[in-house]
Amino acid sequence: MAVREGLLALLDDGPRHGYQLKTTFEQATGGAWPLNVGQVYTTLDRLERDGFVAVTAGEHDGAPGQKAYTLTAAGREELGAWWQTVPSDDPPPRDELMIKMLLAIENGRGHALDILTRHRTALTALLQQRRRERRTAPESLAAALVTDALVVRAEADLRWLDLCESRLRTEPNRSGANPTSREDTST
Amino acid sequence: MQYQRDADQPTSGPRHPGTPCLEFVDVVKSFGAGPLEVRAVNGISMRVAAGEFVAIMGPSGCGKSTLLHLAGALEEPSAGRVIVDGQDLATLGAAECSELRRRDVGYVFQRLNLIPALTAVENVMLPLELDGTPTGAARTAAVDALNRVGLDHHLDRYPDDFSGGQQQRIAIARAVIGRRRLLLADEPTGALDTTNSDQVVELLRDLCDTNGTSVVMVTHEPRFASWADRVVFLRDGRIVDETAPVDETASVDEAIAVDLGNDGFTA
Repeated sequence: MAVREGLLALLDDGPRHGYQLKTTFEQATGGAWPLNVGQVYTTLDRLERDGFVAVTAGEHDGAPGQKAYTLTAAGREELGAWWQTVPSDDPPPRDELMIKMLLAIENGRGHALDILTRHRTALTALLQQRRRERRTAPESLAAALVTDALVVRAEADLRWLDLCESRLRTEPNRSGANPTSREDTST
Repeated sequence: MQYQRDADQPTSGPRHPGTPCLEFVDVVKSFGAGPLEVRAVNGISMRVAAGEFVAIMGPSGCGKSTLLHLAGALEEPSAGRVIVDGQDLATLGAAECSELRRRDVGYVFQRLNLIPALTAVENVMLPLELDGTPTGAARTAAVDALNRVGLDHHLDRYPDDFSGGQQQRIAIARAVIGRRRLLLADEPTGALDTTNSDQVVELLRDLCDTNGTSVVMVTHEPRFASWADRVVFLRDGRIVDETAPVDETASVDEAIAVDLGNDGFTA
């Protein structure tokens, strides 16, 4: 996803000017994606060039002289296609934690457990911090959902680290795909 | 490593200064002997301060539950000292140990362990009645304990009339009734759905914050461990790492940076 789809989605509710799009986008995404106003206008220029938005000058929401942006029929079609597209990562996933652990296992089981422990502690500390923030500060629905997403992703990483540890303990002969890897003797 | 502890250096959080409610000093617990000896707990030192919530995590067989049993005087250590509320358990006779188990320490288990033939309030009164408290006073204290865990209706109904989450609340009320300041919880959410689990762990959190109860909870679920002030990780009977006591001022980004240095890892 890029900023362009976000702006098209907001314009589906009616015409808006550039700065209004920036602030609405940031509120709607719970503060997860701050935008540079220049980035907004650059994107709007491209959307206008591609025929997805139309520009009208004049008074808009009491702001005389501001350009107002309106979704075109082509823009609405483009937005509809985006709503229908299911986001997916091409397999295999290549997130940094997974690659780091796989390489750590190549370096030896003891090293892998050290790296695993360190990352598990950090992720758990992150969860604690999130939990504490949620208890002390009321959130908007969007901000709460952003926090939920971060929490469940951290939980998923922690579950995967547990699986790593379990496999390292129960399947020691499979640790280290490379037979020349520097396998240590720790248990 | 930022949070790696020296086994000889007991830890306690800055939010909870003062005398520890629970302390392990170089504790070892072995089962079996000779070549069959298994060290379930292998040289653990740690402190739990008054009002502190500590979660214990680790793979199956890492010694989590054994540690709770040692804290609750349900097992004796093979070596080292276990100190509860300033009392070294090794110095207590059988009767004193039994009294400590009855009066000072509360237990909550995965299985709810309520007595089905007793009502909710009778279940909670039980520890006080066993200790000789008159029925009227025990009932008043039990109702108060049930109110503290959010139950104020149908207290004369039987456990089967309550949901799983409510039954666990009753069990927690029974565990904290009287003067108990240490609550030992072994997978207290294991039999509950997610919503009830969240509520039960939040209740444990509130007991720490409002009552000054110390809670040591064994769990394998990070989402529940994250309610704790400190999460201690065990492996093969040893503490391998722990999160720092909660810093009220640090931001999430700072927390990650402190833990991961400049590795560039992002959650």
